[in-house]
Amino acid sequence: MTIENAVRPAERAVQLLGDDLTETTLKRYLEGLPGVDAVGLEQRAAGLGSRSIKTTSKAWALDKIIELIDLTTLEGADTPGKVRSLVAKALVPDASDLSTPRVAAVCVYGDMVPYAVEALGSAHAAGTDQGINVAAVATAFPSGRASLAVKLADTADAVAAGADEIDMVIDRGAFLSGRYGLVFDQIVAVKEACRRADGTYAHLKVILETGELNTYDNVRRASWLSILAGGDFIKTSTGKVAPAATLPVTLLMLEVVRDWHLLTGEKVGVKPAGGIRSSKDAIKYLVTVAETAGEEWLQPHLFRFGASSLLNDVLLQRQKLSTGHYSGADYVTID
Amino acid sequence: MSHVSVPKTYKLFIGGAFPRSESGRVYEVTTPKGVFLANAAQASRKDARDAVVAARAAVSGWAGATAYNRGQVLYRVAEVLEGRRAQFEDEIVRQEGVSASAARAQVDEAIDRWVWYAGWTDKYTQVGGNANPVSGPYFNLSVPEPTGVVAVVAPQDSSLLGLVSAIAPALVPGNTVVVIASEAYPLSAITLAEVLATSDLPKGVVNVLTGSAAEMAPWLAAHADVNALDLVGASALDWVDLEIEAAQTLKRVLPPEEGPDAAAPALARITAFTELKTVWHTKSLL
Amino acid sequence: MSFLEYAPAPESTAILNLKPEYGLFIGGEFVAGGGESFSTISPATEKPIARIANADSGDVDRAVAAARRAYDKTWSKLSGRDRGKYLFRIARLVQERARELAVAESLDNGKPIKESRDVDVPLVAAWFFYYAGWADKLDHAGLGANPRSLGVAAQVIPWNFPLLMLAWKIAPALAAGNTVVLKPAEQTPLTALLFAEILQQADLPAGVVNILTGAGDTGRALVNHPDVNKVAFTGSTSVGREIARSTAGSGKKLTLELGGKAANIVFDDAPIDQAVEGIVNGIFFNQGHVCCAGSRLLVQENVHDEVVERLKSRLSTLRVGDPLDKNTDVGAINSAEQLARIRELSAVGEDEGAERWSPACELPAEGFWFAPTIFTNVSTSHRIAREEIFGPVLSVLTFRTPAEAIAKANNTPYGLSAGIWSDKGSKVLAVADKLRAGVIWANTFNRFDPASPFGGFKESGYGREGGRHGLAAYLKGSK
Repeated sequence: MTIENAVRPAERAVQLLGDDLTETTLKRYLEGLPGVDAVGLEQRAAGLGSRSIKTTSKAWALDKIIELIDLTTLEGADTPGKVRSLVAKALVPDASDLSTPRVAAVCVYGDMVPYAVEALGSAHAAGTDQGINVAAVATAFPSGRASLAVKLADTADAVAAGADEIDMVIDRGAFLSGRYGLVFDQIVAVKEACRRADGTYAHLKVILETGELNTYDNVRRASWLSILAGGDFIKTSTGKVAPAATLPVTLLMLEVVRDWHLLTGEKVGVKPAGGIRSSKDAIKYLVTVAETAGEEWLQPHLFRFGASSLLNDVLLQRQKLSTGHYSGADYVTID
Repeated sequence: MSHVSVPKTYKLFIGGAFPRSESGRVYEVTTPKGVFLANAAQASRKDARDAVVAARAAVSGWAGATAYNRGQVLYRVAEVLEGRRAQFEDEIVRQEGVSASAARAQVDEAIDRWVWYAGWTDKYTQVGGNANPVSGPYFNLSVPEPTGVVAVVAPQDSSLLGLVSAIAPALVPGNTVVVIASEAYPLSAITLAEVLATSDLPKGVVNVLTGSAAEMAPWLAAHADVNALDLVGASALDWVDLEIEAAQTLKRVLPPEEGPDAAAPALARITAFTELKTVWHTKSLL
Repeated sequence: MSFLEYAPAPESTAILNLKPEYGLFIGGEFVAGGGESFSTISPATEKPIARIANADSGDVDRAVAAARRAYDKTWSKLSGRDRGKYLFRIARLVQERARELAVAESLDNGKPIKESRDVDVPLVAAWFFYYAGWADKLDHAGLGANPRSLGVAAQVIPWNFPLLMLAWKIAPALAAGNTVVLKPAEQTPLTALLFAEILQQADLPAGVVNILTGAGDTGRALVNHPDVNKVAFTGSTSVGREIARSTAGSGKKLTLELGGKAANIVFDDAPIDQAVEGIVNGIFFNQGHVCCAGSRLLVQENVHDEVVERLKSRLSTLRVGDPLDKNTDVGAINSAEQLARIRELSAVGEDEGAERWSPACELPAEGFWFAPTIFTNVSTSHRIAREEIFGPVLSVLTFRTPAEAIAKANNTPYGLSAGIWSDKGSKVLAVADKLRAGVIWANTFNRFDPASPFGGFKESGYGREGGRHGLAAYLKGSK
């Protein structure tokens, strides 16, 4: 099977693997990547997780976490009212302290994009680097079990409605059965569906759903595959499958991103999503990013947390640092 | 007309060959009553050196052979010993001056002991090793392995049994041996060497030196390419000095033993010349 | 500001309640020493911590006599079950006072608090727990039924893992029914003395464990004492050799855990990021003051550049500094003397033509410090490829085939440990078979466990510590 590589974003793969990009060359490349020793990886992650971040470092870290959050609601019960409430929280995370930074984006289902855009109003980044982005999950999220046509329509619809970022899912079934070319082609096609009328592209985050890929070797291959196919971000999870984001998986993906940068000079983002609820956990991720890919990755266009309840825990910690005493759940707002 | 006998020339056994001492020296072996039996080679420090070279060269093959194979080879030695028992008995009677029945008993025990040790080759790792339940995601296994080259001062008051008791256990795990035979009773040692030479034992695995233990032992004790020193038969020597020499390269040392129980068959004699190796490997499904 | 310049996160020393001076621990009491007392200092600041008694030969006699008395009258008469209960008590007390012990260890030794807290002290407790359970099961130690204890054990330990080496020595000795006279290193006596307080809290019968502080003379008098039955030493090969000589012919059972120059072998099919971590852990753990440190990196030529590049990049995230800061990765060199040796051998490495590299790192003005260092272009004949540096200095060599890797790895008089990095199980096991070393770590490095025997081949010593074999080192068969 020949991979259709005429589309523009597959340039990365063509540059690395050559013009005659085929299922076979892709498979050979991905399966030739060095293996991952799970025990060593997890020990390294545990070591990074044991850094002690105190005082000024902690204050900086808490603000940074907020700036990197994709504040998320992905419920079947979501309504325009719920999304407006989420946007309000994104704009003013802590009404008691207006110095609190804003989050990076709100993340919603595709049909909720118009409401998010409307609620953000002038605060919508809309392609600028000021303001808050709207991210939409697409491609038959979370399972990805739909025809390519449906996935592309899902994507194009969200982009047309004003989504700045598309969080797509890969076809894990195809990946696990070794049909890397199919997964690759779908990412390429979705990337193209992210193209706006003016020729610019919505940013594409590729969700690997690492909880279903199961092994670290698979996570590494899927990470490379997603980058080669043109993903702007690689993202761990939908949040609908356990385990969602873990520190070792995120470390591994950061290693891939670091290696890609060493190889090409190009920077790809990483987004752990699901299960990161406490400031303490989120700080471990910041340490892991800074000590693996480098501190420059701690920017919204290179690292995101997919989270909902995390924000309030960060706010509680932030209040503790500024007031000197512990705060309580009634002193932060639910969204 | 009576047959004029053809006496054997007793030479050394080094690297599977039977050379004379490079020094050209021999010494008289007599009965306890002083009757001449033979001129045995009186090995020199250079013969000892050559024996260590031969023993070192034989380590990887012998240690690398399967345990089953080592067991079969050692058992074969017992078979050939049995076939030549008449010669051993005759030499024991003449060297030690003991009765024929005592000589026969010594050969019986030597053969049985050799068989006992032969059976250990594929068991000592199981008995001496361990699966270790470490608290972490690791496979962890400890296995005894041969030390390498073992220099032996054989028991001096026994012609065959003492020699067998000292060298057989060292051979079990895959060590190679340089043995200084009983000075007074070297004939059995050379006859045993003829057995070994015809028993599928690779050349160099056992090397036999006859002559003065006092002269050769210090060279072996101090030799940097010798890994272990069995002083079982060294009680009449300045064996503490030998042990001090051996400390220079931290050799494993077994002390002298005396009396009828010297070098009694024991698993400990096998494990004394083994090194425990512990291997860790990570273990994960992911 | 840079996030990576983490704000200070010092572990509090308030938990420590040190005395200004410490005596010898003989017969269950702290007593004055016959020699001139000395100060133990913090290697990170060079500031004195406490005055320490110095045992002379009379003190050695008294301590051995106390141990003999305790052996004859108490300990050898106690059931294994009861001996075990004392060891369990000790394990629990170590856990209860874990933080205090960790702080004291980092203060006196210079090692990072995260290591003393997460490695040394937890292993100390684990060691006592493990051997506590053996005390009433000696029939299964591998020496046949009713094995016997040896008597009085003289134990001399080094400064690199002060409390952990104490546990490695004392736990199996007591479980087997011996009594002990232990000498900690003069550079790091503090935690052994806190441990003596723990023994008092445990109500261990007087004289079962005696602790003598002092230097080489004290150790020499102890191991050569005629009423000692067992000598256990961990330290340099040269001192080990001296002990082997001086105990020759004495009938004392001897265990020696000596130096090493371990090869850490990285094949081209290794899990590369984990291998880099393993290399770092292999040589920079505990400032490289580790007898089993992976001080010779043998890397397959076709991945040499990649591995070295990744290694350098990883080294630049290592944090060198205050041992009591929770984020410190590499602490202080233990002593001025050791620092001088590391500097000398590193200078030799440069003179011999190897290429020296260290990450940019600011070292404190006071105390003893040495930046993590790697040497590339090292040949097998270079001194830095043969001699134990016992510091944060890695020598990088290359190989082309597995056979060459094995030959180079084994080309040393030492044989303590080795590492293998490869994803190919069959090769890992075959290489492990061929390496002449007592501990082989495959796809990991510097792991320790009380259930796992530890000790060397060749000039790295003999006898094992840990596991069933570590117990057997303190027993003899009943026949």
